[in-house]
Amino acid sequence: MKDIILKAENISKQYRLGQVGTGTLSHDLNRWWHRIRGKENPYLKIGETNDRTVKGNSDYVWALQDINFEVERGEVLGIIGKNGAGKSTLLKILSKVTAPTTGSVKSRGRIASLLEVGTGFNGEMTGRENIFLNGAILGMTKKEINSKLDEIIEFSGCERYIDTPVKRYSSGMTVRLAFAVAAFLEPEILVVDEVLAVGDADFQKKAIGKMQDVSKQGGRTVLFVSHNMAAVQKLCTKCILLRNGKFIAQGRTQDIIQQYLEESENSNAEYYFDTTASQSKIVYSKSLKIEDLDGNLMNEIPVGKPWRIRLNFIVNEKITNLIVAIGITDIHETAISSSWSLPQTLDVGNYEAFFLEETIKFNPGRYKILIGVSRGQESIEYIDAEMFLVISDVISEQGESVVNNKGGLISNQMKIYVEKN
Amino acid sequence: MNNKADKTNEWLFEITPKNKFFSLNFKEIWQYRDLLFLFVKRDIITVYKQTVLGPLWYLIQPLFTSITFTIIFNNVAGIKTGSIPPFLFNLAGIMVWNYFTSCLSATSDTFKSNAAIFGKVYFPRIITPLSVVISNLIKFGIQFGIFIFFYIFYYFQGTNLSLNAAIFFFPVLIAFMGILGLGLGMLISSMVTKYRDLNNLVGFGIQLLMYVSAVMYPMELIKEKLPRFGWIVQYNPLAYVIETSRYMLLNTGNISVLGLLYTMAITLTVFFGGLLVFNKTEKSFIDTV
Repeated sequence: MKDIILKAENISKQYRLGQVGTGTLSHDLNRWWHRIRGKENPYLKIGETNDRTVKGNSDYVWALQDINFEVERGEVLGIIGKNGAGKSTLLKILSKVTAPTTGSVKSRGRIASLLEVGTGFNGEMTGRENIFLNGAILGMTKKEINSKLDEIIEFSGCERYIDTPVKRYSSGMTVRLAFAVAAFLEPEILVVDEVLAVGDADFQKKAIGKMQDVSKQGGRTVLFVSHNMAAVQKLCTKCILLRNGKFIAQGRTQDIIQQYLEESENSNAEYYFDTTASQSKIVYSKSLKIEDLDGNLMNEIPVGKPWRIRLNFIVNEKITNLIVAIGITDIHETAISSSWSLPQTLDVGNYEAFFLEETIKFNPGRYKILIGVSRGQESIEYIDAEMFLVISDVISEQGESVVNNKGGLISNQMKIYVEKN
Repeated sequence: MNNKADKTNEWLFEITPKNKFFSLNFKEIWQYRDLLFLFVKRDIITVYKQTVLGPLWYLIQPLFTSITFTIIFNNVAGIKTGSIPPFLFNLAGIMVWNYFTSCLSATSDTFKSNAAIFGKVYFPRIITPLSVVISNLIKFGIQFGIFIFFYIFYYFQGTNLSLNAAIFFFPVLIAFMGILGLGLGMLISSMVTKYRDLNNLVGFGIQLLMYVSAVMYPMELIKEKLPRFGWIVQYNPLAYVIETSRYMLLNTGNISVLGLLYTMAITLTVFFGGLLVFNKTEKSFIDTV
């Protein structure tokens, strides 16, 4: 028999778009008028699917729609989906920060959330004082905190600074301290959102390890939201996939991540950016194309063939020190390389930047492209729009793959010598 | 969902779109009592961190206000305070008044100024305004200390001062002042989440309110001098609290049982009204704030 600790039934959440201000008074009155006549809230009927890229007609959107799921005790459930899929809204509802518009959540255990670490930290107070304050905010009693104080301080690695006001801490130290407090929480259900995005690699490892301990040894349930697929894969036993506020799939982590990656890939070689909001910028990008050196669009690039990325951008004002940059990561968002152009001075006009890769041969697979435009150190645009570079395997005439070493991301071969001494 | 009703009993709690009409979960507040005290501690210690005078700042404000009032209202405008030294008369009024306003102005901002923390983690929201009322009570205690100091000072100067037997009810009076500030603050803070206009109103509203709350004059005086507008003061529950506290501390002025009963009725109505609205708001204010 399954031991269900958390059950979500038909949760939906509606938000009002645009300026929530004077207009709400009339809606409030209308709502009230419907209610006293015993009718349904008129604004619940309208509302559209939450797809931020498409312009809608209604002022109301459903950030979540009819979400149903169950979580078993001791399970680590990953919640994945693109930006705006409703992951954070779901966690907010589960952690009681905001109420669902309809539906209900039933729980057999205390829920503690870690939506963003360091909540309620007070810069004027010392690290030690903040451990107590933060712990209490997260639902611990003074006694509980006292009994774990030494462990918390040790885990944070901030021992030396523990009696210094937190405003003197580096951001990394603040996060470490905050995570340390949260890690020693003992709720039956722990809700975690993107904590691992901060902190150095060493600390991330520690944090993931701690979360694994929490579920494996502590038998506690963890709900984990992250864009970091590597972390999700490592931690979660099961996953839920959301898209535009709707429940898409639930199942084994491996399968769901695969499904997520497939749907989020825009396998075309051309990307046109939504420029409605960016047109007032000094510089804004219009499109990005992946092509070979002759300018043919390439949906897939055979291993070893040189390729380039063509970025089309508009300069609205004369700009000095303009730098365009590219970053390439693998699908788990682990950075592989980054390159910057030399600073340029550009007049108003339409420009194209070319990023040419000749030396590095990527192994077959999918790679994510990030584009940055900056003036000196100051960033103007940063595009992280699920753009993928697809490198495909090449089969030679002999029927064998030309890639003789499929391990790793790069297929360039090192020069290796064997010499007799 | 009726067929599942027997099963739902096993659940520890349920998150639903709306709170029940009136739900004040005392058990939950008790669980979070440590948080309440830590908030109070935070409010107190952060005020004087990195200051030279530290908690003395709690005293400077009422002292200087009393001196100013004494010069303007008593020396220049010539308001009579009987046998009581005007400075002491003003200090008593300001002290009690300050407690009310600091409770009101800090709690009326609860949702807006705590939006960041409320948006991330759940705890009973009422803890925040409650902690404000308690930390202000401590501040009031410090100010009361300085009042006692001057009381003794004047006593040994030979001024004819006497306490009233009703002094034992002074804590009750102060409690009511706090509850009224809390109730009004909760009411306003809930509405501020949608209608920011109220925020501006609170600032100068408090200032105006002081003039009709018998802070720097005896209640009798206004009835005597401005019979046409005396009713404003008479219908102001705060005026009774201030007049009564002076009666208790300095044995001056009148005590009106009817007025006090009226004040209590208003206080309780405002408090429970505030609690009701606050409860309703805390569930989804984060979407509108």
